[in-house]
Amino acid sequence: MKRLVKKHPLAIRWFHWINFPLLALMIWSGTLIYWANAVYRVGFRKHTFWMMNLPPHAWDKLHVSYRLAEGMAYHFFFMWLFAINGVLYVAYTVFSGEWRELVPNRRSFITAIQVTLHDLHLRREAPPQGKYNGAQQIAYSSIVVMGLGSLLTGIAIYKPTQFHLLTSLFGGYPMARFFHFWLTVGYVAFFVIHIAQVIRTGWNNFRAMVIGSEVVEVPNE
Amino acid sequence: MSETPHEEPVGVPEPVIHEPTPEEIEAARIAAIEANDKDVAEQLRRMSRRGFLTLGAGAVAAIGAWKWLGSREREGGLPWPLRRMLHVNEAVALSYFSTARLNPTFPASMITRPARINGGDGLDAHADVASWRLNFAGNALTLDDVKSFPKRTMITEFRCIEGWSTIVQWGGARLSDVMAKFPPPSSARYLAMSTPGGGYYVSIDMPSAMHAQTLLAYEMNGAPLTWQHGAPLRLAIPVKYGVKNIKRIGQIAYTAVRPPDFWGERGYDDYAGH
Repeated sequence: MKRLVKKHPLAIRWFHWINFPLLALMIWSGTLIYWANAVYRVGFRKHTFWMMNLPPHAWDKLHVSYRLAEGMAYHFFFMWLFAINGVLYVAYTVFSGEWRELVPNRRSFITAIQVTLHDLHLRREAPPQGKYNGAQQIAYSSIVVMGLGSLLTGIAIYKPTQFHLLTSLFGGYPMARFFHFWLTVGYVAFFVIHIAQVIRTGWNNFRAMVIGSEVVEVPNE
Repeated sequence: MSETPHEEPVGVPEPVIHEPTPEEIEAARIAAIEANDKDVAEQLRRMSRRGFLTLGAGAVAAIGAWKWLGSREREGGLPWPLRRMLHVNEAVALSYFSTARLNPTFPASMITRPARINGGDGLDAHADVASWRLNFAGNALTLDDVKSFPKRTMITEFRCIEGWSTIVQWGGARLSDVMAKFPPPSSARYLAMSTPGGGYYVSIDMPSAMHAQTLLAYEMNGAPLTWQHGAPLRLAIPVKYGVKNIKRIGQIAYTAVRPPDFWGERGYDDYAGH
């Protein structure tokens, strides 16, 4: 028979759904800024496999060209909301004890491999799990560390004189900008995998992020 | 011990106990499960209605806020809430700004060569440098007047607002030294700087002007400035983006109110400070 089981506390759901548009706006405005100096590449020494750039007509088509000023203004507007939401989320997970479900433990790394093999249809059984499996724990904790990284590299390139020690810690201004950019690419990668996994897992799981509870089948009494 | 008489009720028939058949037990069990599942389904419907309505209302509110933000009247090329936020950010930045906190300096081997040329507003390849004078708060200064102040050199990072950065060696007089000779009135909060003819102009807040690494520079990488780099005198201000490092300065004036800023009028942050 069916039972409704509480999964995501109300606060977590709010943090999640507020973060989604804010992160999207930060990435979008960041792209408007990046356009002005789109220099990064995937390569090894002199060999470039992929330039992180687009031809001008493609930038134009995406309405990104010549919007540096606007991009900065939006970035420095929404950075506050993005950072505050992130800090509140972390504070909530700490004080509610929710972090116990999220932070990887000794077994997470093994089960994460097992989960990945299962997802790739290379392993028959999924390993037993609590609210989150090992792969999820690693992914959801990494994204928080990445968020902190974006915040710190962001400060390092936003105020490189007043926070020059922080800037130096990241290897200087150009390196801090480099890390800030690649962390953003990391969010996009996370987003793609996250969406694919949510679709694969199904409606019941997705709905739990909206209503909080999940329907589970329990043995009949 | 005495026997207590036990009175049997009279006239009440024995209750008839109906033994349920296994089929009846099974039917009751299934009915209970179905009732439970129906309850769960009902509860789920209620929660879903509430949850998705809230999410939808939130999405509508967010889109509304987004449209509102983008359609506000423009101030300096930006919707006014964005401009106001830049000013809030400026106030926050100035609250911890210290004129003593210095930019890192670099060894001469790290100087970017050749120096990158960028931005020609207010410049003139054919301008007569010999007749050039700096109008500093109403005082006409020659280049030699500027050179009479103690010469400072520094190798700092020049950061363009576009995102690139180079390492440059500057030589010149500290702006604060020149300001000490021509002190600002107590009402002054900004310096307004512009090229001769006003083709380019910047606003500089007082704390940034007083910073030890803010120079009126006449040398770049050990040589006198070329016209593309702002001969004969430019501002080297590593506590701000490149846009504030105005080339070919013609006038410097003290102002009480925020003076016009070339890029600040075109959607950029007119503080642009690091």
